[in-house]
Amino acid sequence: MTNETYQPGHHPDLPPPASTVGVLGWMRANLLSSPLNIGLTLLGLYLIYLVVPPILSWAFIDANFSGQTREDCVKEGACWVFIKVWFKQLMYGRYPNTELWRINAAYIIFAISLILLLIPRFPWKGWLGLFLLVVFPLIAYYLFVGDSFGLMGVETPLWGGLFLTLVIAVLGIVASLPLGIVLALGRRSDMPIVRAICVAFIEFWRGVPLITVLFMSSVMFPLFMPEGTYFDKLLRALIGVMLFSAAYMAEVVRGGLQAIPKGQFEAASALGLSYWKSMGLIVMPQALKMVIPGIVNTFIGLFKDTTLVLIIGLFDFLGMAQLAATNPDWLGFAVEGYVFVAFGFWCFCFSMSRYSQNLEKKLHTGF
Amino acid sequence: MSEHAQAPATMTVSEEVMIQLIDMHKWYGQFHVLKNINLTINKGERIVICGPSGSGKSTLIRCINRLEEHQRGQIIVEGTELTGDLKHIEQIRREVGMVFQHFNLFPHLTVMDNLSLAPIWVRKMPRAEAEEIATKLLERVKIPEQAQKYPGQLSGGQQQRVAIARSLCMNPKVMLFDEPTSALDPEMIKEVLDVMVELAQEGMTMLCVTHEMGFAKTVANRVIFMDEGEIIEENEPEEFFNNPQNERTQLFLSQILQH
Repeated sequence: MTNETYQPGHHPDLPPPASTVGVLGWMRANLLSSPLNIGLTLLGLYLIYLVVPPILSWAFIDANFSGQTREDCVKEGACWVFIKVWFKQLMYGRYPNTELWRINAAYIIFAISLILLLIPRFPWKGWLGLFLLVVFPLIAYYLFVGDSFGLMGVETPLWGGLFLTLVIAVLGIVASLPLGIVLALGRRSDMPIVRAICVAFIEFWRGVPLITVLFMSSVMFPLFMPEGTYFDKLLRALIGVMLFSAAYMAEVVRGGLQAIPKGQFEAASALGLSYWKSMGLIVMPQALKMVIPGIVNTFIGLFKDTTLVLIIGLFDFLGMAQLAATNPDWLGFAVEGYVFVAFGFWCFCFSMSRYSQNLEKKLHTGF
Repeated sequence: MSEHAQAPATMTVSEEVMIQLIDMHKWYGQFHVLKNINLTINKGERIVICGPSGSGKSTLIRCINRLEEHQRGQIIVEGTELTGDLKHIEQIRREVGMVFQHFNLFPHLTVMDNLSLAPIWVRKMPRAEAEEIATKLLERVKIPEQAQKYPGQLSGGQQQRVAIARSLCMNPKVMLFDEPTSALDPEMIKEVLDVMVELAQEGMTMLCVTHEMGFAKTVANRVIFMDEGEIIEENEPEEFFNNPQNERTQLFLSQILQH
């Protein structure tokens, strides 16, 4: 190292010391910065050694993949044959085998639209969004329910598995955001009656557990209906889930509204924008951006809460796994079922989480 | 105190009345913020309002575009009276531009979108036309190269100039300035004041709450001094600064002119 001296005002930018940058620098700073941290790093490595190899050998190395019955599971590890045999039920419930293409077709339309939407330079985003929000639900409805256009009718008690989970979750998610926004605006409204209605709605739905909501929808609700009217059980559960998640969403959105400085409202008003225009163009885009983590949190919570429909006799993804595990021919394979379902849920939740982080980065404008 | 371009003698005041406040009062709860405000502003006038903090000067100009509601008296802007009627309020807000102390630009939009938003959505102007006007105004405030940036990437002085351009995009007949330079670093005050001086020279009717006495001397044709919610003194700048009548005005001027 040379210690040169420079004229005041002529000091050049020097590179940082080699030990503070690169892989070595990272390891020094994050793994080995003090005796305690060295100890913790070693302990961590030991724990990884204890946990990871047994999991790998159970799930892959010693696992059984081929065969059709439980007798084929001879090795010590997981019996994935169980998942293979029950796969159709786990994915589609008791939906008739000949009609599965209808569900798959809807999946494919949805997946293609979603992929196109995620392409940053796709030119017809607005129309595609409109298609997904307005036309697609109609297509999906006719495909799933049938009973028209020459399609066989499939009653909702036959729906199940991951398919049912996705129907409830997607509808709950799509309905809860706009409802939540309206409720949040209503709660901050200057009009006392609107405000009172929104506060009462939010506090009621937030105050009861989702299980109660589902019970009420399936057991109590029919008692209040006039004789002879019939509401589909799934539909009742869906409405319950939507209203429940809308109340949560409303509070998340309100948090965002609270964080918008008063000056933004004033600047919008001073330019002559009406209430709805200033909300739609100025306030909401900023408020929603700010609460993306909270919104996604609610989405993920809702996605996992759909498993509660089990208690009113709807067999979603988890419900189907439990049903399969209690089948007399397949007793004792509950663990495989739970691991598979957990992995399925994790994939969906993790992708939502990654997408939201990506969105946050994209929408960051330096404030 | 900074020196600004000398205002030419061509800045004329017309006889046409732009804004009229008649016996206007305002209360915040029990607190009487504005008392018996009577003020007539003609087209082309440049009025500077000064006074100690809490004297009601910001509240006064915020009443003129109804960001604050007055409870007694009349406010008439261009022949339209401000009442609870939303139609009247929106009509007046279209004609009255406002610049805030903290700029209040929309952080989620680019500078260009900040400028073109109101013409497109309020005046129903085609986007291309709105952006053309916006580009011209950005040139006028001397930052055409910042059009595609976000407000968060600009300096305070640049942000305030964008805010002025944003108001001008609506082609207002009156501009209200609420302490436009108070939140700026000293080296940025001049660039904003220069834009305001130019605006005055072009004949804009301006109402400006400010502590920039240099600006008041060169640009204003009337200076108003407020204290405790009342207009205490009102005069031409020369008389106002050299020969203040009221002792509260004298005290205020001696305090701000000391350094």
